[in-house]
Amino acid sequence: MNIPGDLKYTEGHEWVRVEGNVGYVGITDHAQHELGDIVYVELPEIDTEIESKEEATNIESVKAAAPVYSPVSGKIVKINEDLEDNSELMNTDAYGAYIFAVEMSDLSELDSLMDADAYKEFLEKE
Amino acid sequence: MFSYLPQTEKDIKEMLEVIGVDSIDELFKDIPKEILQKTPLNIPKGIAEYEVYKRMTELAQKNRQGLSFMGSGSYDHIIPSVVGHVLQMPNFYTAYTPYQAEISQGILQSIFEFQTLICELTGMEVSNASLYDDHTAASEAITMAVNTRKKADRILVSGTIHPNTRAVIETFFSDIPVKIEEIKTENYVTSLDAVKDTIDESVAAVLIQTPNFYGWAEDLTGLADLVHEHKALLIISSNPMSLGILKSQADWGADIAIGGTQPFGLSTYFGGPSVGYISTSTKNTRKMPGRIVGQTKDVDGKRAFVLTLQAREQHIKRQRATSNICSNQALAAMGSGIYLSTVGWKGLKEASSQSFQKAHYLYKRLTEELGLKAIAEQDFFNEFTLVIPDADRVLTDMESQGIFAGVGLGQFFPDLKDAVSIAVTEKRTKEEMDAYVELMKRVLK
Repeated sequence: MNIPGDLKYTEGHEWVRVEGNVGYVGITDHAQHELGDIVYVELPEIDTEIESKEEATNIESVKAAAPVYSPVSGKIVKINEDLEDNSELMNTDAYGAYIFAVEMSDLSELDSLMDADAYKEFLEKE
Repeated sequence: MFSYLPQTEKDIKEMLEVIGVDSIDELFKDIPKEILQKTPLNIPKGIAEYEVYKRMTELAQKNRQGLSFMGSGSYDHIIPSVVGHVLQMPNFYTAYTPYQAEISQGILQSIFEFQTLICELTGMEVSNASLYDDHTAASEAITMAVNTRKKADRILVSGTIHPNTRAVIETFFSDIPVKIEEIKTENYVTSLDAVKDTIDESVAAVLIQTPNFYGWAEDLTGLADLVHEHKALLIISSNPMSLGILKSQADWGADIAIGGTQPFGLSTYFGGPSVGYISTSTKNTRKMPGRIVGQTKDVDGKRAFVLTLQAREQHIKRQRATSNICSNQALAAMGSGIYLSTVGWKGLKEASSQSFQKAHYLYKRLTEELGLKAIAEQDFFNEFTLVIPDADRVLTDMESQGIFAGVGLGQFFPDLKDAVSIAVTEKRTKEEMDAYVELMKRVLK
């Protein structure tokens, strides 16, 4: 299972890539594997204010629909429009295909997220 | 197929034994006692088949034939006989929804054709396989908007939509934190200034009906831009027959087009069944309820139909579904599809423009010769609302002489007890309309 070392992880299997005060959010390789072929990614609205652990959007696979929670609080400033027509990127490039990016209002929230080792351990326990 | 399945006491006893319970009552033990029916139902004793037939015939003979000028959502248009012939084919009317969809190519094709016709009429890009009626279509369209604009919780609904639509919306959203607000009207059309005054980013959708409940054609110039400026969705409900000559929902810039297809090949019955239609742009496809049938090629390269999408419901989304309406009105929708493919676009324009012209003929005679006043001076399609003093008596008198002269709006709005909505279709002849005017003249005296 691919778990890059430079990302932060949640128990809901989201990842965050931090660039300055912006966090890019996607779902992990484990999550995409569990969901199977992803057929639709609903993109949130830009400028939406969001709290950490709040449901940001939904993704649908051939097997299920799953919520994506925002790991951090702030304002959604970017969405990955490539996913509109190419949702399979979620399967083929789990860590390249971010869904949305949040301008973070509280950087300290990142400390409560897991690093790669902790997430690996978490997966093993699960 | 059996018409009925008899059960003897012995059958029942055997079945109970097999499943290991003592009595039929025990099957209902999970239902709380306080809501169980305790006394037997008040159903008369059985009678012989012949007696039933006689009784039903007697009841049927009480029906009165009359010329209908009633509308308010259900219209008496001409129905080509082929519609009835196709609908009475048992392979269509006995079939329930195809669970193994692709094996039923006939029903899938009929749904595909229906969707295509709805898209061509409304000018939108994608249509589903139909919903129950225009009222549930309105509620489902609002649901789409609420799921698109998750942080917006206000819905602006014009005061000129059908009161039944309003009632269904109220029921739909009674336990959902969404506020339904009525847009003020001016001379019985929607006030666009009122929309401007109240709209902001807390509004998820604006719902307008044109022609509206009173028959008046709404002028929606500039509305779409105003609504979209505030990120809301514009939902427009239209009698599809009016789209033969009036602007389509896409022409007005709507995001979601809805309505009921009863005017296409479906009798007025007792007000139903109709068929709700809902169509939208491609980007909203995933939010649309129900199912979408698509066209493809089979392994031999031949034209074939597939169930392309039904994501919102239990199959995939389960508890995350945003609609639980999986039903469509397949048989009635097929009736509308057969109607449209029989009359063609030329026939539709003809039915539409004759309805328009005949309604204007009757309006002219009633207002100019009989001096009746319209509730407001507005443009209309095939339906208009007049003020008729003592409306209840007038309608009853005319009905007793074979003319259903219109729908009294007092039953919907107590302060409109003298308002009568009158609808005319291409089915009415000049002689019938002249007879209407003469009878009205006598009855008014």
